[in-house]
Amino acid sequence: MATPLLSVTDLQVGFATERGLLRAVDGVSFDLAEGQTLGIVGESGSGKSVTAKTLMNLLPSYARVEGSVMFDGRDVRAMAAERERHFWGVEMTMVFQDPMTSLNPVKKVGEQIAESLRVHLKRSRREARDDAGDLLQQVGVPESKKRLTQYPHELSGGLRQRVVIAMALACSPRLLIADEPTTALDVTVQKHILDLLDELREERGMAMILITHDLGVVKGRADQIMVMYAGRTMEQADTATLFSEMRHPYTEALLETIPRVDMASHSRLVPIPGSPPDAVDLGQGCPFAERCRYCSASCLIDQPSLEQHRQGHACACHAPVGTDAGAAAHAANHETGVTPAGLDMGTFATAVGEKT
Amino acid sequence: MAGSGAIQMRDSDEVVLRVESLVMEFPAGRNQVVHAVSDVSFDVCRGETLGIVGESGCGKSTTARALVQLPRPTSGTVTLDPGTDGQVELTGIEGEALRSVRPRVQMIFQDPISSLNPRRRVRDIIGEGLTIWQDQHPDVDVDARVDEVLRAVGLDPVVAASRRPHEFSGGQCQRISIARALAIDPEILICDEPVSALDVSVQAQVLNILEEMKERFGLTLVFISHDLTVVRNVSDRVVVMYLGKVCEIGNSDSLFSEPAHPYTRVLLASAPEPSTVVDASEAAIGDEVPSPINPPSGCRFRTRCPRVTELCASAEPVMREMGPDHFVACHLPGPA
Repeated sequence: MATPLLSVTDLQVGFATERGLLRAVDGVSFDLAEGQTLGIVGESGSGKSVTAKTLMNLLPSYARVEGSVMFDGRDVRAMAAERERHFWGVEMTMVFQDPMTSLNPVKKVGEQIAESLRVHLKRSRREARDDAGDLLQQVGVPESKKRLTQYPHELSGGLRQRVVIAMALACSPRLLIADEPTTALDVTVQKHILDLLDELREERGMAMILITHDLGVVKGRADQIMVMYAGRTMEQADTATLFSEMRHPYTEALLETIPRVDMASHSRLVPIPGSPPDAVDLGQGCPFAERCRYCSASCLIDQPSLEQHRQGHACACHAPVGTDAGAAAHAANHETGVTPAGLDMGTFATAVGEKT
Repeated sequence: MAGSGAIQMRDSDEVVLRVESLVMEFPAGRNQVVHAVSDVSFDVCRGETLGIVGESGCGKSTTARALVQLPRPTSGTVTLDPGTDGQVELTGIEGEALRSVRPRVQMIFQDPISSLNPRRRVRDIIGEGLTIWQDQHPDVDVDARVDEVLRAVGLDPVVAASRRPHEFSGGQCQRISIARALAIDPEILICDEPVSALDVSVQAQVLNILEEMKERFGLTLVFISHDLTVVRNVSDRVVVMYLGKVCEIGNSDSLFSEPAHPYTRVLLASAPEPSTVVDASEAAIGDEVPSPINPPSGCRFRTRCPRVTELCASAEPVMREMGPDHFVACHLPGPA
């Protein structure tokens, strides 16, 4: 790959709390080339949004950030220190989950879109307004001229999210970060918004980071996927490889836990037992060990590092799915009925490939 | 999208809840009326799970609340145990009579945190219904019952009962809501988007608990969700709603394998991993739902429907049978 557009190396983000340092992001690295989409997948609290906010320089000042973020040869963190405000919102922009809270309720939609054009690109009021109308049209808002003079509360959720996307695209960014852009929307609208983002990315050749908790959303849309858990990267691969040869037990568990339309009624789902770990007190082992059915004794004391077992596919696990080590750990846990972390294997009795 | 007609109603002794011609309208000022639910009829058999699915604003939550008379529907009837000696028409009673029937129908809501009183301890939250219920059941031991339902939903009463809701995660709060609903031994549990606010991994835990509770306490469920995959997983019978009307109703297997209403097909094609029985191109419809203040004439889905004809604007389609226990309200039903 040529020089990537965005290159994040060993990113660490911590927050000091009364109980100690909360490691929200712990050693995340990835490269993103122009025109590509990276999907970041994980549960709430896995650090995916904090990663995005770090890139966007939206973290509160007390956050402790380490590691390097390079955007087209420029050091993003240095720019943040120098308050280089014509970078965010111009070259790198973000779309948030809830369109209502990311719009100003007392300002007309047209003015909100025009604002960044006027501030960053120094357009006149009239030019900015005309451009705002064109942008709305591009994101598929019907009667775009009329919408310019409306307030956010007059629009439906889907339209609001389109307005937010139009705002993000106003200055022709090279990287768009979409943080759960469709979670607050209806299914029928969801697909339209995701398709729209994909089309715009293709048309403009931008790079995109798509953050979601649903592997199904990124499946057909991302070029690469990074699965995060407790602030760490669990597995990282290009999309096709991830789905055909997934190696991390967490990725597997995430896929199994989602019901599918083609499943029969009342088929028992395979939950991920327990709850995500306390990010202040992660202990020394693998953060997923307590919920993992491939857990072995070493997982509790030794944190697995992210290793590339082949070009473009990395996984942080001692006993990955589909390997001899994984099969052995699984068989051993089956034998005893409990994992070394004390998890009853009966919880998984109905899991796919689980034989009792 | 008519839902007018009652051909989908079953004539069985097993029916525990019958909803007929339910209408719910709200005043919207300037003499305007929001037609939230218009002429909806369905029934639920004992031990069955009825799923209600549709987009926001289709009237699914309003329907759920109308079942428990919160608030009272504009017109139509809701009947418990129809056709038996114990028949109770909820829409026809009020005051003490209605209150004494309420324990039979309980509800759990979407947001588990806001549906629990933050100032009270879990034991009091769950026990409150029981202490009122005691008037009719003097022999019930409140503390023992609270412990029992807490254990049933997978929480340890020793640890959980004395805590307050903020000490629990969203998934645990939803379990507490389920425990509260189960405490007074209901027959029917209405779940209004019970997993929409939860993480995917926790969603499966809560869905599994609902299935277990259904078996253990002999419950009948009405399960409301906008997520087709979740509805598919829990339901025996499914109602698809759009703008206050029923589009399609049928047993889960035939509705999902042979969706007949264009709207059902759109929903199936829009899922992140679309169903294989529909073509992905069928998801292409406009995303604006018309206002329920001025719903379209004829079929309410016609403004977004790919198959629309002149007939759809002039005549409201009536429920017709597509197969055994599978009904649809469309002039042009069937595969694309």
